[in-house]
Amino acid sequence: MKFVEGPEIRDTKAPEGPIEERWEKRKFAAKLVNPANKRKLNVIVVGTGLAGGSAAATLGELGYNVKSFCYQDSPRRAHSIAAQGGINAAKNYRGDGDSIYRLFYDTVKGGDFRARESNVYRLAQVSVNIIDQAVAQGVPFAREYGGLLDTRSFGGAQVSRTFYARGQTGQQLLLGAYQALERQVAAGTVEMFTRHEMLDLIVADGRARGIIVRDMVTGEIERHVADAVVLATGGYGNVFFLSTNAKGCNTTAIWRAHERGAYFANPCYTQIHPTCIPVSGEYQSKLTLMSESLRNDGRVWVPLRKGDDRAPGDIPEDERDYYLERIYPAFGNLVPRDIASRAAKNVCDEGRGVGPGGLGVYLDFRDAINRLGRDAVEKKYGNLFEMYERITGENPYDVPMRIYPAVHYTMGGLWVDYDLQSTIPGLFVIGEANFSDHGANRLGASALMQGLADGYFVLPTTIGDYLAAGPFGEVEEEAVAEAEIKVRSRIERLLSVNGTRTPDSFHRELGKLMWDYCGMERTEESLRKALERIPELRKEFWENVKVSGTAEELNQVLEKAGRVADFFDLAELMCLDALVRTESCGGHFRAESQDADGEALRDDENFAHVSAWEYSPERVPVLHKEALEYDYVKMTQRSYK
Amino acid sequence: MASSNGKKAVMAVTGAVMVGFLLLHMLGNLKIFLGRESFNDYAHALRTLLEPIAPYRTVLTILEIVLVASVVLHMWAAISLARRARQARPVKYVAKKSQAGGYATHIMRYGGITIALFVVWHLLDLTFGVVNPKGFDSAPADRMIAGFDLSRWWVTLLYLVAVVMVGLHLRHGVWSAFQTLGWANRARYKALRATASLLSAVLVVGFLAPPLAITFGVVK
Amino acid sequence: MNLTLKVWRQSGPADAGRMVTYKVQDVSPDMSFLEMLDVLNERLIIEGDDPVAFDHDCREGICGMCGMVINGVAHGEQRATTTCQLHMRHFEDGATITIEPWRAAPFPVVKDLVVDRSAFDRIIQAGGFVSVPAGSAPDAHSVPVRKEDADSAFDAATCIGCGACVAACPNGSASLFTAAKITHLSLLPQGQPERVTRAKAMVDQMDAEGFGGCTNTGECTAVCPKGIPLDTIARMNSDYLQANKK
Repeated sequence: MKFVEGPEIRDTKAPEGPIEERWEKRKFAAKLVNPANKRKLNVIVVGTGLAGGSAAATLGELGYNVKSFCYQDSPRRAHSIAAQGGINAAKNYRGDGDSIYRLFYDTVKGGDFRARESNVYRLAQVSVNIIDQAVAQGVPFAREYGGLLDTRSFGGAQVSRTFYARGQTGQQLLLGAYQALERQVAAGTVEMFTRHEMLDLIVADGRARGIIVRDMVTGEIERHVADAVVLATGGYGNVFFLSTNAKGCNTTAIWRAHERGAYFANPCYTQIHPTCIPVSGEYQSKLTLMSESLRNDGRVWVPLRKGDDRAPGDIPEDERDYYLERIYPAFGNLVPRDIASRAAKNVCDEGRGVGPGGLGVYLDFRDAINRLGRDAVEKKYGNLFEMYERITGENPYDVPMRIYPAVHYTMGGLWVDYDLQSTIPGLFVIGEANFSDHGANRLGASALMQGLADGYFVLPTTIGDYLAAGPFGEVEEEAVAEAEIKVRSRIERLLSVNGTRTPDSFHRELGKLMWDYCGMERTEESLRKALERIPELRKEFWENVKVSGTAEELNQVLEKAGRVADFFDLAELMCLDALVRTESCGGHFRAESQDADGEALRDDENFAHVSAWEYSPERVPVLHKEALEYDYVKMTQRSYK
Repeated sequence: MASSNGKKAVMAVTGAVMVGFLLLHMLGNLKIFLGRESFNDYAHALRTLLEPIAPYRTVLTILEIVLVASVVLHMWAAISLARRARQARPVKYVAKKSQAGGYATHIMRYGGITIALFVVWHLLDLTFGVVNPKGFDSAPADRMIAGFDLSRWWVTLLYLVAVVMVGLHLRHGVWSAFQTLGWANRARYKALRATASLLSAVLVVGFLAPPLAITFGVVK
Repeated sequence: MNLTLKVWRQSGPADAGRMVTYKVQDVSPDMSFLEMLDVLNERLIIEGDDPVAFDHDCREGICGMCGMVINGVAHGEQRATTTCQLHMRHFEDGATITIEPWRAAPFPVVKDLVVDRSAFDRIIQAGGFVSVPAGSAPDAHSVPVRKEDADSAFDAATCIGCGACVAACPNGSASLFTAAKITHLSLLPQGQPERVTRAKAMVDQMDAEGFGGCTNTGECTAVCPKGIPLDTIARMNSDYLQANKK
């Protein structure tokens, strides 16, 4: 796949000056909307996860006219609900030396110096407000006997800044946002559209002015116009078919916006989570995450000898390889996600993997049970052990768990400026759907923080600066009709192929290809292979896909086919981005760029930039670089030895 | 009161009134073991309660009105809740398996209907004497002893079935009333269930003792 | 494993619907129930038939989107388990399995096993929230909460809104769902100002949607994948009666 390099891109909204004053400055400089005018301004929010749900609710509270869309049957089901671990906030309630600056520092470093300092600092500042907001909403965070909030340290952080609600923090925070959203629905400020899927963006006079959606129950194609559009449609990890994402997660909304002119930034940054339940067979439809906290007490190992197929209990101590403890004696089993994941892949590639297909490593609690007693282990991890047994039928008290890395989160997304506005004026992108705050690697418990920061606090302020110039008047019919026709003809095209393979079978094949060639480890060779294979598979898809049923009914096959079609195009861009970025950083590991110990080696001289891709209908994307500057955190190579 | 929760509260309160009545009724019945006279005196005392302050049968009539009102309200609430339930599930399951024993589901409504039918018979038999061998103009104790004579064993059997049904009804009903009135919680569940069971058992034994004693000739 | 499935098929709200029998071969015991249905659907698509429509999303037991009545039990006989987490190893080879949608008037069938649960959203709209606009909250530590209360509130708050309680209730009542939210907020200091008005509004909405009344049968809590306890309903009743006293 060819590409050309275009002019550099700059974030023109980021204020200058001392980092701790920038958000304050921006808030003050942002134009305000007259309260009487807010009612005349229409905003569309797509997606109802932590970012979209909180944004729609807050915009409604502010008095805007909001339309909220989700593909599920209720806004409460967005996949933020599945987040287990917790949410970071620089509250320093423990007095253990945490601060906004330290959270900022950790996040920039954890992102492997590929995120913007200004954005990350603002995220750390706002983090404290999120906890206040959530508690006031009645989110039942874990508490101590004194009645104050409990926190824990998470994902290798040296301070205890993670607030949590057992293993269901995402659920509780999402329900808080959902309830706030439903309150606005009742108040009449938000109109809710469930089982509606966005299929295109309406751009008129250079501004995002609405969306085309399909009513998934009746099949009706609807037009919705507004003064601004907010996309909060999550990540695109499902391009790998198997991931910890929900089955419905897709890239369609952001991809269609990309086709309409929104730049796509860093598509290759993919987070692979090390502790997931391995694939058990060809029929596997999704992967389930096991909380990272298991690595606090479980020991990761594989047999020393290749092809050793004895039961784990029969393998004596001296024939086991506790490889994380061996390679990383300082951090041991607690190395960051990307490192633990790659190490597991390496031992499996050596033929020492366990379980079906040799794609798994043991996570063993034997020593923890001996040391702490079964009761203590049960108290700490009981619900996780139950979940594991429910899925695998194996009891982790008796046999070690088997785990394997799985795609979990995508740091890349639509490019946005400090105001969270994309390269299309009036199109705002928040949460996992944008690229902004996590750089090349996201730290544990930071996704919830970012989604809610964007939705409750950042977007509602910055969008006002844009809307202050509105309302923007009638939308020209031509632009709306063009988008609608495009959507309709695409659906017709999908239905008319009438081939012999299901959309799922194509998706599976694409996913396998992406996992093999653009997964945990990428090489020039593998990426070139993928870039050759993807267009072939896409061609076959458009010639041989079978979509049953009609467009005018609930048709889950049609929904799926449309999403898979977009995944092909996205997959191609991901591979291209990965190919061009010849360095290793965070969730992007290029085998060619590693140090003597096999660790990721950044190339700050050539790659300290964001890669923002402009769409081209001729499939020759244009690369715009945004230079990244670090004035506060000194760039260093990560080391966990 | 028109809401489903309101109707439930009506059922709980009227149910409590009826349980209170049953307890007094049972204690009265047991007087038969002290002899016919004692029983008849008790029946008479009920009618002359608070005399001469109030005229003959005042208190009893008030009690009867409260009781009848409770029965009517209890049935009205039950019927309208049942109707509501039927409307809430117009299409039935092809297969349906209870996961909570199904006890309450079946015993309450069918049991309630059985009890209502029995009460009609019971009033005709022992209160109004219409279907009693001794007729209306007889002493209460005579009616009772004649009513449960061995020759009328099927009456005793009918009575036995009905009283057991009342027990089963209350075993759920008493507990349920606490739940409905919002006085139950996890910590109290065990105790409440035990109380409901004990109360039901006491009533069943207390109500069955006199007729069985009569039928088998212990009381003559 | 080889299985016989009896599945409720209904093309739309206007269709009367009927049970249709399918054979599924070579089912792995490690498959989830939904993966087994995926296998059936892949075949149906290729054969040119309409695949069985069913709701699902996270497939890890938390989003509440999936749900079907399996052999007469909401989410199947495995306790504390959503349909997506139910695995085929719990079924016998050669078994016949009946699969039906949630059945309740307020949950009209959209297609096959897909039902419309928007009534739940409307119950939440009626009052299932704390009215606190973004940006107005006091410091999170300004109001301590007893750990026991926070824990009990959490137990109630884990409801995933799947609707199994309604499906299992012989009265088609939504009491457990409604009570879970009322209890969650009623136990926390943040929920106090709106406590009784909330209970009244939500219960009245539940009635308006056409759900049945509760008769304390306990069927709901028995099938609830999150084990929401029955005493949440007692708390709802208490708050509701208090609201009507005022």
